[in-house]
Amino acid sequence: MYIKEKIYRWIFTVLAFSSFVFLVGIIIVLFRESLPLFQKVRLFDFLLGRFWYPTYDPPEFGILPLILASVWVTCGALCVCVPLGIGSALFLNELATPGQRAVLKPLIEILASIPSIVYGFFGMVVLAPFLQQLLHIPVGLCAFSASLILGIMAVPTVCSIAEDALSYVPRSFREASFAVGANRWQTLTKVVIPAAGSGISTAIILGISRAIGETMTVLMVAGGAAVIPTSFFMPVRPMTAAIAAEMGEAPMGGLHYRALFSIALILFLITFLFNIIAELVSRRFRLKLGLAQ
Amino acid sequence: MKKDFSQTIGFFFLFCCILVTILLLLTIIYFVFVRGAKVISWEFLTQAPRAGMTAGGVAPAIVGTMYLTLGAIMFALPLGIAAAIYLCEYSPQGFAVNIIRMSINNLAGVPSVVFGLFGLTVFVKFFGFGVSMLSGCLTLGILVLPLIISAAQEALLAVPQSMREASLALGATHWQTIKKIVLPTSLPGILTGVILSIGRVAGETAPILFTAAAFYLRGYPKSIFSEVMALPYHIYALMTEGAHPQQQTAIAYGCALILLFLVLLVSTVAIFIRQKQRSYYG
Repeated sequence: MYIKEKIYRWIFTVLAFSSFVFLVGIIIVLFRESLPLFQKVRLFDFLLGRFWYPTYDPPEFGILPLILASVWVTCGALCVCVPLGIGSALFLNELATPGQRAVLKPLIEILASIPSIVYGFFGMVVLAPFLQQLLHIPVGLCAFSASLILGIMAVPTVCSIAEDALSYVPRSFREASFAVGANRWQTLTKVVIPAAGSGISTAIILGISRAIGETMTVLMVAGGAAVIPTSFFMPVRPMTAAIAAEMGEAPMGGLHYRALFSIALILFLITFLFNIIAELVSRRFRLKLGLAQ
Repeated sequence: MKKDFSQTIGFFFLFCCILVTILLLLTIIYFVFVRGAKVISWEFLTQAPRAGMTAGGVAPAIVGTMYLTLGAIMFALPLGIAAAIYLCEYSPQGFAVNIIRMSINNLAGVPSVVFGLFGLTVFVKFFGFGVSMLSGCLTLGILVLPLIISAAQEALLAVPQSMREASLALGATHWQTIKKIVLPTSLPGILTGVILSIGRVAGETAPILFTAAAFYLRGYPKSIFSEVMALPYHIYALMTEGAHPQQQTAIAYGCALILLFLVLLVSTVAIFIRQKQRSYYG
């Protein structure tokens, strides 16, 4: 009996480490496949090179245009998803009647499950032609369209996480504020939002992390030109799009292949960093409100 | 008076936020449903593509998506439940648990295209599975593992502590308690989480781009080592390859409609069941 218990405990312990094994596996694969590149190309030239011509002879592997494209598109997406997501979360948590809440909250959750390929497809066939006509821009598939569609896509995620954070703010905070004569808007802006502040920032950080790593949408909508962006209405090629578009034709083990893995490594490190920051911030938030964990 | 005025403006702004959000998302669904409905027919759902992807149906892609989803869940489910049982029942604290938790959180944030590269290197090349359904299922399985773990954890935590104590007090061992009391009680919750993750797996494209997907196959996949067609990849390929953009866009609308319908159906069901369960447990 005792031995059997021990065996089961061991089995579960081993299986529980699978996520750790996969994470370490991903890190090893990314480093192993990308490091040989830096015997040929200097890290400095790779990160800050202005030209991405991987198939030319001689090839140029400067990923600055790709990094900047990711940054532009992500910043653009934030301008859409932060106000809409957090505004929606505040509405759900503070203003909605129980009836509205019962409809809107599940609705947002269901909408969060729309696959990214559908957003990409919609952006390509509906949004891009529409924006091209509306704004009289030369190409519809550009950083602006990509930001817009990526931002809309991230709204449900940001909204759900921010709504969670708001629901943790104790009732007593609000009651104390009402008791000293504040109205609902003052309570919201001066008490609830500051109290949920770090929880809301977690939502924003995770939103950034999701937008930077998103692949199919930007692959289809951003336009794909690997040049340093100078305007929001230019086609760009973010890092994820470069990997997805070029991996198929890059010869296995060649420099181009290694360069794409290096981009993936940088992408991984960025999202890793953002996730850790998000975790630290949310831990502080929970401590501040006296919640467990 | 002034503070009431700013309250009205502020509340109106918040109302606009949620209105705009819902309207934008419904617009996307509306376009896909209205334009996709034109090409949906019995033939479209049951036939293979013909005439250079401009006619016929997308049945192999629908079937392929189902295979990939089922395979991924079958791989991730045992691992996910085991990890959740370890975290909730055996060892809720300690150094090892912190490492596991950190891994799960970070795995959940890894960009999907990076999973694709991992699958390409490990399953396709290193294990020699080639571009195949098996490689695709394993890659998607790893991607969905964090989701399944957190769903299972939530379900296990909802089991009242008193039930475990009652079982242990009767002389049952730890494992007997888990097997006979905790797992059966939490099963509905775990299943809901699984259904939700089905929606996520079915729509993923980037991880199968280099590990499993093919644009055109003559029939259904014959074994786990053959390539598969999949709805999300099919949409992408129709929009970026081929010589007949107009007919292909129409077919892509049809594929998007089927995919969106399946995913929304699955997640609606799961979310409603979950709400029922949550109100049941209080």
